[in-house]
Amino acid sequence: MGGKLFRNFSFLSATLSFFILVGIFAVLFTYAQDAMHTFGLDFLFNEQWEPGEDDEGGIFGGYIPIVGTLLSTVIAMVIAVPIAMGIAIFLTEIASVKVAKPVSISIELLAAIPSIIYGMWGLFYFAPIVQKTVGGNGVGLLTAGIVLAIMIIPFMAAITRDSMNTTPPVLKESAYAMGATKFDVIKDVVMPYSKGGIIGSVILALGRALGETMAVAFLIGSVMHLPKHITDPTTSIPVLLANNFAEAEDLELSSMYYLALILFVVSFVVISLAKFYFFGRKQR
Amino acid sequence: MNRLLLNKVILVLSTLSALIGIGFLFWILATLSYKGVTSIHWSTFTKDLVEGGIRNLLVGQFTMALIATVIAVPLGMMAGIYLREYGHGSKLASIIRNLSDVMMSAPSIVIGVFVFALLVDPVGTYNGWAGAVALAIMMIPIIISTTDNMLALVPQELREAGIALGGSKHKIILQVVIKAAKVGITTGILLSFARIIGETAPLLFTSANNQFFTMDLSGQFPSLTVSIYNLATYPDEASRNLAWAASFILTMIVLLINLFGRFVIRNKK
Repeated sequence: MGGKLFRNFSFLSATLSFFILVGIFAVLFTYAQDAMHTFGLDFLFNEQWEPGEDDEGGIFGGYIPIVGTLLSTVIAMVIAVPIAMGIAIFLTEIASVKVAKPVSISIELLAAIPSIIYGMWGLFYFAPIVQKTVGGNGVGLLTAGIVLAIMIIPFMAAITRDSMNTTPPVLKESAYAMGATKFDVIKDVVMPYSKGGIIGSVILALGRALGETMAVAFLIGSVMHLPKHITDPTTSIPVLLANNFAEAEDLELSSMYYLALILFVVSFVVISLAKFYFFGRKQR
Repeated sequence: MNRLLLNKVILVLSTLSALIGIGFLFWILATLSYKGVTSIHWSTFTKDLVEGGIRNLLVGQFTMALIATVIAVPLGMMAGIYLREYGHGSKLASIIRNLSDVMMSAPSIVIGVFVFALLVDPVGTYNGWAGAVALAIMMIPIIISTTDNMLALVPQELREAGIALGGSKHKIILQVVIKAAKVGITTGILLSFARIIGETAPLLFTSANNQFFTMDLSGQFPSLTVSIYNLATYPDEASRNLAWAASFILTMIVLLINLFGRFVIRNKK
């Protein structure tokens, strides 16, 4: 009797994540209907974001925040991937256990710091440096991309390290016995062996960068302008939502839901790709 | 290029990457500590936001995170138990496991939008319950994954011994399996609590913020992280300093919970 109840409750709890996921999709889709009907798929390529005169109507397009999201993510990935790989190689192949342990813990602590802290630190300490060295007015695509990179590096490095650590020592030792250098072993033994996990970690970090709100909100400039230069301020989907969602009404609000839906679907696809394709279905 | 030289170059670059990583940790912690410690006064903890302190914000943030934990832990643990103990190997369990993993990486701002549509829009006012629910939605997948993974580490022989003693399945789960996985699951709960207490995006338009001390979850509720976001963008020095103080305290809380979680798991193993 109690056993049956327990089993049923655990079954219901398990199905909850399915319902939340479907619920998010359904709610966003429903509230986005107005904007979807009015603008259709042109929404994706329209630069205008202009509320109507008397709060009625208006023209809304998601092109600028979509481009801003993609560009800041690309900048972040270009910087983060080589550094994260370097850290993972350092931790698994170069450092002695004595060194690797504290470094590992530092990297994981870096990953635990809330994103709003990165944003605020970036605004007051990093943006001025970018302004001095590259130009622009400090906040903009480049600054947002770099701080975003700093934020995802520890996350990417930690997963890559775990994947690399699964390489059986025997494989590495036999390569060393053939006279291979450390880099030969990394390139020809460790990398091929843990390829799936490494690519998976990169894609997972990409998904995180796409949806990151607070670190970017401080730094991207939050203006509806298409960037012409890498230091130009612009906006991204999460940042636009964070700053303007609460005040939006009617069609503008519906357009915001439309953007949220786009972000949700894109990150769903990206994360699923990482999970199913590259990490494989680990039967634990 | 000479392969020995190439080898040296790569090793130097990797070491440099690690130094960059650690460099940033210390740079961030150093500025935070400096700005934080110089901005903290006794009144920071005793006064509310309206008077230039963060007492109500700390209480508010912890209240929402604790309610989220109370919602997420039983649901997440029960789901993890289903995946590992009842549905293990079944198609359904594997689908749910994957969906839950995807949920774990869903953009937090989207969860905020979702909860706004569900719990704020119909009521007509921002409220603390909505904030807690948004945080719970972020927490559930983490708890599911931890429980699932920790139960997987419990040796099959323990379950078999329970069956041999004539225990019913749910008794074995509750009294043998969960007990064996207790440390791991507790650590997972601590780490996920550290994760959600620092969240901002899901709270922006669910709980929003409140300058005054309140325990009334049906209205706008004070949030430490949302306040940091607002304060940091004000032009006056006093607001910014308060934002630094709040950031420093938040980071210390998050890092200490993390270190404590690590310490617990190491001492037990």
